[in-house]
Amino acid sequence: MTTVLTYVERDGDTLAKPSRETLTFARSLAEAHGWGLDAALVGDPTEGSLADLRAQGVATVHALVHDHLDDDAAPAAVAEALVQLHTQLGPGVLVGPGTDHGAEVMAHVGARTDLPLAANCTTAAPADGGGWDLTRVRWGGVLLEDAHLEADVALLTAAPHQTAAQSAGAPGAAELSTFKPELDDALHVTRVKERATRGGGISLATAPVVISGGRGVGSAEGFGILEELAELLGGAVGCSRVATNNGWRSHNDQVGQTGTRVAPDLYVACGISGATQHWVGCMSSKKILAINTDAEAPMVTRADYAVLGDLHELLPALVEEVKARRGVG
Amino acid sequence: MALNILVAVKRVPAPGAKIVLTEDAQRIDTKHLGFTVSPHEECAVEEAVQLTGQHGGESTVLTLGPEVAEEQLRTAISMGINHGVLVATDDEEWDAIATAAALTDAITTLEAERGAFDLILFGNESADAGNYQVGVRVAHALDRPVVSGIKDIEVTGDGVTMKRAVDDGFEVMQLPLPAVAAVKEGINLPRYPAMRGRLIAKKAQIRHITPEQRQGGLSRVRLRHPQQDQTETQILGTGAEAAPAVARIFEEVGLL
Amino acid sequence: MSDLPDRAHVVVIGAGIVGNCIVGHLADKGWKEIVLVDKGPLPDPGGSTGHASNFIFPVDHGKEIAMLTLDSQRQYEAMGIQVSPGGIEVARTEERMEELRRRMASAKAWGVESELISNERIKELVPFVNTDILLGGFWTPSVSVVDSLQAGTIMRQKAIDASALTVSANTEVEDLEVEDGRIKAVVTDRGRIECEYVIVACGVWSPKIAAMAGATIPLTPAVHQMIDVGPIPALEETRAEIAFPIVRDMDTNMYERQNGGDMEVGSYAHRPILHMPEDIPSIEEAQLSPTQLPLSQEDFDPQMEDALELMPDLLDTPGAGVKHGIDGLLSLTPDGGPILGETIEVKGLWSAAAVWIKEGPGVGRMIAEWMTDGEPEIDPHGADIARFTPHQRTWKHIRARTSEGFNKTYGIVHPREQWESDRDQRHSTFHPRTKALGAVYFEAGTWERPQWYESNAPLVEEFGVADREHEWDRRWWSPIINAEHLAMRERAAMIDLTAFSIYEVKGAGACEYLQRMVVANVDRPIGRIMYTPVLTHKGGFRSDLTVVRLGWDHYRIITGGGDWGRDLKWFTDHLPSDGSAFLYDVTNAWCTAGVWGPRARDIVQSVTEHDLSNEAFPFGQAQQVEVNGIPTLMLRISYVGDLGWEIHAPMEHGLKLWDTLWEAGQPHGMIAAGGGVYGTTGRIEKGYRLMGAELESEYNPVEAGLAFPKVKAADFNGKENYLKARESEPIAKMCSLTVEDHTSKAGIKRFMNGGEPILTTDGQRIADAHGRPSFVTTAGSGPSVGKHILLAYLPTEHAEEGNELLVEYMNEHYPVVVRSNTRNGIFDPDDTRMKA
Repeated sequence: MTTVLTYVERDGDTLAKPSRETLTFARSLAEAHGWGLDAALVGDPTEGSLADLRAQGVATVHALVHDHLDDDAAPAAVAEALVQLHTQLGPGVLVGPGTDHGAEVMAHVGARTDLPLAANCTTAAPADGGGWDLTRVRWGGVLLEDAHLEADVALLTAAPHQTAAQSAGAPGAAELSTFKPELDDALHVTRVKERATRGGGISLATAPVVISGGRGVGSAEGFGILEELAELLGGAVGCSRVATNNGWRSHNDQVGQTGTRVAPDLYVACGISGATQHWVGCMSSKKILAINTDAEAPMVTRADYAVLGDLHELLPALVEEVKARRGVG
Repeated sequence: MALNILVAVKRVPAPGAKIVLTEDAQRIDTKHLGFTVSPHEECAVEEAVQLTGQHGGESTVLTLGPEVAEEQLRTAISMGINHGVLVATDDEEWDAIATAAALTDAITTLEAERGAFDLILFGNESADAGNYQVGVRVAHALDRPVVSGIKDIEVTGDGVTMKRAVDDGFEVMQLPLPAVAAVKEGINLPRYPAMRGRLIAKKAQIRHITPEQRQGGLSRVRLRHPQQDQTETQILGTGAEAAPAVARIFEEVGLL
Repeated sequence: MSDLPDRAHVVVIGAGIVGNCIVGHLADKGWKEIVLVDKGPLPDPGGSTGHASNFIFPVDHGKEIAMLTLDSQRQYEAMGIQVSPGGIEVARTEERMEELRRRMASAKAWGVESELISNERIKELVPFVNTDILLGGFWTPSVSVVDSLQAGTIMRQKAIDASALTVSANTEVEDLEVEDGRIKAVVTDRGRIECEYVIVACGVWSPKIAAMAGATIPLTPAVHQMIDVGPIPALEETRAEIAFPIVRDMDTNMYERQNGGDMEVGSYAHRPILHMPEDIPSIEEAQLSPTQLPLSQEDFDPQMEDALELMPDLLDTPGAGVKHGIDGLLSLTPDGGPILGETIEVKGLWSAAAVWIKEGPGVGRMIAEWMTDGEPEIDPHGADIARFTPHQRTWKHIRARTSEGFNKTYGIVHPREQWESDRDQRHSTFHPRTKALGAVYFEAGTWERPQWYESNAPLVEEFGVADREHEWDRRWWSPIINAEHLAMRERAAMIDLTAFSIYEVKGAGACEYLQRMVVANVDRPIGRIMYTPVLTHKGGFRSDLTVVRLGWDHYRIITGGGDWGRDLKWFTDHLPSDGSAFLYDVTNAWCTAGVWGPRARDIVQSVTEHDLSNEAFPFGQAQQVEVNGIPTLMLRISYVGDLGWEIHAPMEHGLKLWDTLWEAGQPHGMIAAGGGVYGTTGRIEKGYRLMGAELESEYNPVEAGLAFPKVKAADFNGKENYLKARESEPIAKMCSLTVEDHTSKAGIKRFMNGGEPILTTDGQRIADAHGRPSFVTTAGSGPSVGKHILLAYLPTEHAEEGNELLVEYMNEHYPVVVRSNTRNGIFDPDDTRMKA
């Protein structure tokens, strides 16, 4: 039977959100054709991640076990492990999450197998005359491309934020299977040697609310009030490319096509006009609130909510309002 | 030690707020658009200029694309890159496999003439196609270590330290040279092309290499716009007086 | 966002500098129910205003543009959004230095304080300029920089505060409705607005919008390239938007203007890059804005080299680079002038297009005055949309002329300079003959009109005419003109006048209608010729022309070739609404040959049996005359001061007429003469005034010396003010002056071309009590009086015959003497020759 093998990543104890989305994407492909759904991950799965894998309907969970397969593993080594596993499982589909890490691992899979890889897919299906018909995002999501992948084996990454993670109708067995690849020493050259954590704060990519500022903030100091609001709400501060280029914020805070793509419950765009480069980084947010003096700014017209006016007038009042409600509640 | 660095870039249009497609839906209508390279690649160019500035050596910019992509090479040269190489194609987009193969061939040719590149820099992904794989494929073909998502490069002795930005900080990798990296915007703040540099670039000889097109595997059927959810923007108010209404939204989404 | 009303008095389309200034001025003039729409957002809807460099150099050789610019500077100043860092136009060549000297004269004429400065002074003002490559500069301290977007906001607010204006941004005009030739409504994507007036102030989009109503606005979007170079610490240190004077590097068609910590480098040097209004991207499609297209780098490269040469250290500051570059779209017109006024095609549909930032507020005022009072204070002669012929409205012509004109933006344009592109489009039927005679053609209202004939070169020796010593003075000129003149005065000359504009008026109400239109009494016997001013309502000159009564209900109007469109519109607009008179344009149906000179009667009499004696055919008469079988209308008048006739013949008889007259003239030594004689030498010796030169709406017939002894009983346009003007001594008078010494400091003889200021003997600028400057309206040779003649309005105290004054030319002064302060010229003031 054809298997859809899905490479997944953990986030602490549980499965990372993009990996759950990827599993949902992979499952819909498997279910449509009566194929099996397997998952592979580095090291032994935690209880939490196994629960997630079951919920996603995964039949077999392949733990890639090797001395050098850990959190610091080289993407090339992970890829080689996947290639060996996939070879053993037989032809089918190999899907990874369209995260930075997932994309890097899958690129190595493509390189090692010399097979084409379609990045950031939203749909995929076997084509009538062989190969695969798929749709993938381009320009960070502003455009879709209907494409044909000419290969027996489909190597894909699933576009982040495009498929909402949903549990399977019936949970999978998530039977644990250990796979021990043979890995050449040269593959580990690019292992992570050390880590520097930024420490503190809430990560932009996972924050439930992102308070983002653009040209309208006006200065580095102007972000103070955004920081204050973000902290009050347990969120993170983001910014547009203008703010980065003006030196007001570090690039780590940049939301956009070449920065971080975010999908919080609420995205608050303060003084951001909403150029394509920025929009694709925040368009997957559940709700978007725009604060802008220009009622016709693309950010405003595309947002769910808008406040017209100067962010430097609204935000202080808003901070007071939130504090007051906190005090009451 | 003097460094020999290669940067690979891709010519892409610089669209406005709305991307217009050609009638056959095969490409973006660029009638009114200028062309550039992805911000990641701009940073890769800047990084090469900075590294050769620090360590001495030479830098080369390479692109696979139509004749007009010379414009992007010259822009890179005006920023301080020493040489430009065009792997000339027709105006069709090549997929990642075909691109990587042609670049690999070109790099092999160049290295045979000038010696190995210590560092080959790519952008993490192109702005338009977003394949996330050309650099990795080229590195693999050249049998060199490669890392992606790089936001810091430091050349030390005969090795290089690279930092990959992750959610909560950095991962630090130590690679021997020669090595390949796909860098991300934020690694530096690219300079503006100098006027004098521009005049130098204008006169620079661009090396043309005619590639063989390898059969890829991914081909375009059509481009289209995603279904836009027509959001009706709810105006919560004007200025400071809108604060209570905004706070109610915070409550609705569970932040308060 | 205001709701769009469904009716308005006037809808202004376009919220750039022009549209905004118009609504402000209309509100000032008491207009209500104004709606301003723009398809873009405010304050910068994406048109040319949004990327304008916003600087103003007030000195222009042309009076109309200079006056609009000075008015605009005053308005920007009053709005508090103007700074004046000053500006220097620098010269790299001796030719440019000469041009800068010429600019000194224009500065003096219009009352702008300017100074020719040395390289040392340039270095003091702008230390980073490489003066090694310069010869000097033209320094104007009042060169200013304005905030044109803020000006727009202020103007809109003024109208809003007056409860006169509704503004609707992001509102796209989809259609203009016209009913019975009048504008009826503007249809937008936010609703339809019925209105009496629509003003198209859409800059580069104007042709497209006007076309919705079937009207033409002949302009083309064209590229002006600019880049921003920075960051430059030397500029950042000034902590100012602009601290250093703006430098115009005239010889390279470029400017350098500080923009905070950056230097903006702009160019008019590159090849003309024209676009079509339909092809301009939408706001959404555009990368930056619809009028800021990606820089076509290759076109700009040579300019970079020039800029680096001028400011090598500054522009090459380490770390400074090209931050941003655009192909900015602006509007170009076939003759370089703005396009203002009611369109010729649709009543109530106005154009206010092809206006630079430097003229914006002045144009706003002009349009508001024009719409309110029927005429603006500044004569819109050169800006009136009606000036364009159908041929000038074709795309081929627009593209050709704007392509040619683009590089003249900073060019050295000779006052007589002729266009080279799209010529040979409109030929008189005499053309094969004039061509065979070696005619050198000048353009007159798109007609090719002989200016002089190379075949007359032998006359130069015959009459001993001297050439002019300085190349500038003899450019677009020939001593043959003076020789033709002398041959005419001695024998006779035939002149191709087919470029005349000719209309006919017919109908029971024709006489009454024309009485209302012109100053002269036209209720005269059939066959009578009436030369007459046509006045604006305020009593200034609208036109001057000749009216012939052909029948009791039938008149012919003859006016200048260049005045065809303006006069046609003016006369058509005023036709009686009851249909009792109608007017038709017969310009293209009649050719005209003039024969003048002492032998004219002998010549023409030899080819007709008609009695041409002074008794049978006196001066001021028109008669139907058969000439060698050709039915002609002969007018015994003269613009050159000699005996003879203007002979009108049906176009198809043209060659026959020419050949008949030519053959008849040979025994008498008749020559062909060109427009050089007709328009300048012959005319100026007689002191005859020309519309657009001596005659303009700022002056009345009393000042021009063209008031009639008697005022007719009938009412006519401008009569009230005409009567008022007659009651007292005019404050200025049109005078004929002669140059008494032509020798420059360099020891060569110089000849003024027109436009120069007249000064008192101690070199002071002269202006009259209304502030109107005295400058040369026409300059030209007077071969028969042996002097170079200048026409100029002088304040009455200076207008005494024999009064000695100075004229400034190329930054030097030359003595002049007032020879006449009446309509009588210097040559044959009693008209004995014409009336012989």
